[in-house]
Amino acid sequence: MRTKNIIYKIIYHVFVLAFGFCMVYPVLWMISGAFKDNQQILNGGLSLIPSTVIKTNFTTGWKGFGGITFTTFFKNSAILTTIATAGTLISSAFVSYALSRIQFKGRGFWFSCMLATMMLPGQVIMIPSFLIWHKLKLVGTYVPLVLPYFFGQAFFIYQMMQFMKGIPRELDEAAKIDGCSKYRLFFKIILPLLKPSIITTIIIQFYWKWDDYMGPLLYLSSPKTMPVSLAIKQFADATSTTDYGAMFAMSSLSLIPVFLIFLFFNRYLVQGIGTSGLKG
Amino acid sequence: MTDAKKNSKVNKLKYPDGKTTVKRPFGERLRRFINNDNTVGYVFAMPFILGFLGFSLIPMITSLVYSFTDMTFGAKEIHFAGLRNFIALSRDDIFAKSVWVTFKYVILSVPLKLTFALLVAFLLTRKSRMVTLYRSLYYIPSLVGGSVAVALVWKQIFARKGLFNTVWMDLFDKTVNWFGGNGKLAIFPLILMSVWQFGSSMIIFAAGLKEIPESYYEAAMIDGANGFQRFFKITLPCLSPIILYNLIMQTISAFMVFTQAQIITQGGPQNETMMYALYVYNTAIKYSKMAYACAMSWVMLVIMVIITLIIFKTSKKWVFSEADS
Repeated sequence: MRTKNIIYKIIYHVFVLAFGFCMVYPVLWMISGAFKDNQQILNGGLSLIPSTVIKTNFTTGWKGFGGITFTTFFKNSAILTTIATAGTLISSAFVSYALSRIQFKGRGFWFSCMLATMMLPGQVIMIPSFLIWHKLKLVGTYVPLVLPYFFGQAFFIYQMMQFMKGIPRELDEAAKIDGCSKYRLFFKIILPLLKPSIITTIIIQFYWKWDDYMGPLLYLSSPKTMPVSLAIKQFADATSTTDYGAMFAMSSLSLIPVFLIFLFFNRYLVQGIGTSGLKG
Repeated sequence: MTDAKKNSKVNKLKYPDGKTTVKRPFGERLRRFINNDNTVGYVFAMPFILGFLGFSLIPMITSLVYSFTDMTFGAKEIHFAGLRNFIALSRDDIFAKSVWVTFKYVILSVPLKLTFALLVAFLLTRKSRMVTLYRSLYYIPSLVGGSVAVALVWKQIFARKGLFNTVWMDLFDKTVNWFGGNGKLAIFPLILMSVWQFGSSMIIFAAGLKEIPESYYEAAMIDGANGFQRFFKITLPCLSPIILYNLIMQTISAFMVFTQAQIITQGGPQNETMMYALYVYNTAIKYSKMAYACAMSWVMLVIMVIITLIIFKTSKKWVFSEADS
């Protein structure tokens, strides 16, 4: 019985690992591509280890286009992502507190509006938003790409509300008896307890914004303002033959920040998603 | 009692004789006002309310208004065009194709992705220190999948001489021309890419699985239920609200696929991957037919609202709520 169990365990772990390896294979292949030349990449070799290691991909790739290096592109991405993530965090935490803990008039109405925005596909308002920003003469700046994040993101508000349902209401009442106002209750009690959910928000919003392609494509045209996502695309757009090695080198680098933030916050990921409220 | 009356009472102080009343001092009234639930609620909800009006409602109304005009980008005058845009849409072959292709994409990718996510989440519920590591491993595609970088890799993998064909050649001695020919195959790498990113749904399922009480399974085991029965009679019903949530969120995001189509296939060949969002983008930005694009957005919005409603309506049949039991 025991040996049977051990064999079963080994099969399980081998299977899960092998399958996981297949899942990340394309990513690994991209990273190995950063050390291959065009010839090796285009021949479609499965091998993850380059036959000859090319190190120049990173230096040629980093040079970028038209005298603008990837230093600029990375800086732009960092600015956009940090501001948007910070905005999302602050505003969504505020709104979720109001909607889940405060009995104010019209709460039901605004909650429905929030659900509606969550299900409203962004692409439906893409064109009119573009026209409005154009009228305000803000196309080409970062304003359209970061300002909306300061007004709460429905998806994260909803996630935080789900999580808040798990924070016992007795805390609110105890605080009330102790003479704590609803404002202090938020900052001193709810916000600290919301930490796992906040971390989930940081991870998800960070990589959504870092990877965002459509927004910058719509609003930014000057190479100086481009984030990494747009810049990488330029490799494929170049009129001359694409330098795949350099493209993969920069692509690999572009994923590093996402990986770092994920590794850092990883253990909170499942914790931070409250599903209790989803039950009927 | 109306609010005004309530407030006036609250704002007055009664003297011990029970007759004379005086107004509460301003400071105290202010404090009461600030700490009133209505005030607190609106203070905290204000960002959303402003954002909802400014970034959702106004653009939507603008879009609706424009869809009845002949507006093009940079045009000096805008004329009322009645239903002309919508009539043109009904005759637009590319639009019809884009709707069809998008449907195909959604119907194939979403159920596959969710099934996959659920199975893997179920597989990873064992209590083992390795499980956290595995979960992270399976989450990686979701983490990077939306990026331009991975889209470019995907394009290369399914290219004529790409990775896929190298393997296929070794196995079956022939190659598959994914992005060429009549283009009928071009949508499948895109669908595969979407299924590949099952990680985020998996995480939500995993969180849901964690909350199913162990006692349900124990009771079932005592009654002699086998693994399959436990999965179909306990796990699935308990997870059904979460399945509904994932189904709706994934359906909506699948309808809006853009980056992958724009980078990998540019909508081609022969518009076989002309996803709806891509067509809207092209119409508006490439051909600057703004009004037409707005009309297109609204048609799609209506379609999506109908689909979401259908999902919600049918969900009453299969979503198990604890209140029923």
